[in-house]
Amino acid sequence: MSASTRPSLGSVALNAAAGLSLLYILLPLIFVTWLAFFRQEIPSFPPEGYSLKWFAAAANNQPFINGFLLSLQVGVAATLLGLLVGVPASLALVRHRIVLGPLFNTLLLMPLVMPGIVLGTAIYVFQIETEIATGLPVMGSQGGLIAAHTLVVIPWVVRLVTASLVGFDRTIEEAAQNLGAGPFTTFRRVTLPSIRPGIVAAGLFGFVTSFGNLEMSLFLVGPGRTTLPIAILQYLEWKIDPTVAAASLIQIVLIAVAMIITDRYVKLSRVV
Amino acid sequence: MARLSIEHLRKTYGDLTVVDDVTIDIADGEFLVLLGPSGCGKTTTLRMVAGFIAPSAGAITIGERSVTALPPWKRNCGLVFQSYALFPHMTVAENVAFGLEMRKVSPADRIPRVAEALRLVQLAGFDERYPRQLSGGQQQRVALARALAMEPDVLLLDEPLSNLDAKLRQEVRVEIRDLQRKLGLTTIMVTHDQEEALTMADRLVVMEKGKVRQIGSQRELYEKPADRFVAGFIGRSAFLDGEITAPGRFRTRGGVEIGCAAATGTGAATLALRPERIAVGGEAQGLHNHFQARVEHASYLGAILDIDVSLSGHDRMLLQIPNKAGVAEPKPGETITIGWAEDAGLVYPREA
Repeated sequence: MSASTRPSLGSVALNAAAGLSLLYILLPLIFVTWLAFFRQEIPSFPPEGYSLKWFAAAANNQPFINGFLLSLQVGVAATLLGLLVGVPASLALVRHRIVLGPLFNTLLLMPLVMPGIVLGTAIYVFQIETEIATGLPVMGSQGGLIAAHTLVVIPWVVRLVTASLVGFDRTIEEAAQNLGAGPFTTFRRVTLPSIRPGIVAAGLFGFVTSFGNLEMSLFLVGPGRTTLPIAILQYLEWKIDPTVAAASLIQIVLIAVAMIITDRYVKLSRVV
Repeated sequence: MARLSIEHLRKTYGDLTVVDDVTIDIADGEFLVLLGPSGCGKTTTLRMVAGFIAPSAGAITIGERSVTALPPWKRNCGLVFQSYALFPHMTVAENVAFGLEMRKVSPADRIPRVAEALRLVQLAGFDERYPRQLSGGQQQRVALARALAMEPDVLLLDEPLSNLDAKLRQEVRVEIRDLQRKLGLTTIMVTHDQEEALTMADRLVVMEKGKVRQIGSQRELYEKPADRFVAGFIGRSAFLDGEITAPGRFRTRGGVEIGCAAATGTGAATLALRPERIAVGGEAQGLHNHFQARVEHASYLGAILDIDVSLSGHDRMLLQIPNKAGVAEPKPGETITIGWAEDAGLVYPREA
């Protein structure tokens, strides 16, 4: 086959373009990884040597540890709440003819396209007004932070779960009902397993979005209550040593591991 | 098993009437086929029996139990879907056991019943497979086993064979019929396939535009079709439009006079003749009605020849002639003699 022995100009160009794009995407990641192992305090090239001490520094940095724990708590809570709101909303949007359905759909996806600064400002003002009106301690509270993060999780849930519901064959629900299953059992035994990949993917992406959120959270954290991205930003205001790179690398590895584990059970490429 | 009665069933969507006053009684153990062109309301009727569509009016009774107001999961109707609708994330055994599980049959008691259902459809040993690992024919059997395992009061089949290839369809037809007889299952099958309906049914219901046109055995439908639609839908008929001029006399639109015992009353009418009652050539000469007809078009279909002839400028009819060895097929433009007896043919009133 001449096509396989001598690739055409087009396929060479296509592969080159794909390779360059991939490199472009991976370059920051490569540099962060490299930097995390530099020995010197001020990042400069070429490196003077290599060391693992920055990982120890990151792991012992109290603001980072506290930030990591808070981000984890907020991320998990926001993801669960987002699923609790997003899955029924998706079901309603796909299955029922709702008045102004397309409008609700757009509204639910809105936080995804709205700049984080705008969202943060808006929620900040809302929280102030709520606190003045009700006297409840809303501002800077963990509950307020979780509520805001839930908002950025919902679009992922709605997008991914509606996508898996649209391709779902509803006659299998009828089959379950015909065999004696009521609506709840039908949902639990037949519908849920079929849309599980979408739900798992939604949870994962929602969590990652919440965990990495910086701009919106800047407005909403209280004194002594800092998420990991904010802790990293604050650290950077004073120092630029590779501790930050090491902390980021740990974060990247954790997320990558979560994705790989998830992908073993649910083929993410099929849903996203 | 039980008898099933459908009384004055109606379904309307706004101004559209999809099922119009359908009344059918199905005896215990009877295999009834709902037959009709697509959009005739047969599937809607079946889905109302299964409980997926709420009737606008009418009643459905299974045995002594009125099920009209019951949700699908309380009706105990085993439905085999056209697309089989197997649960993709469950094994064959789990699919078949699902109905038993819903009926709170203990896990230990489910095992022999699942095995029995799979044995009935000749799929013993396929328990641990997933639906995607099965052929279309095997999936169809699993769907049937799943419906049978829960011991339904009635079995409902929604075009169960339409997704199978022609050869397999012939086999499965016989298998389903044998199984249904053996288990004495009261069954309703919906199909648009006439041959399928005729080979499987105890009794057929011909539907069109939401209405029941005729209920009867194969022989009744073929030999005494209730109206022009049934005459054209079950088997084939040659039709001539015209009017009844006197008792026993029918005149076609083109003015051809025909003696016809079935012509009673007066007014515009259609004469329907079964192809095998029409003689061609020498045999036609001695019959009460015989005419010279011009061949307009001839199609060679193997066992039979389809010949489109005109009796006069206004009267066209389609004949079917057995393809006899050594007889050349008529050519367009030729004149042939055709004829039929006075007692051949049925006459239906026609709106002029």
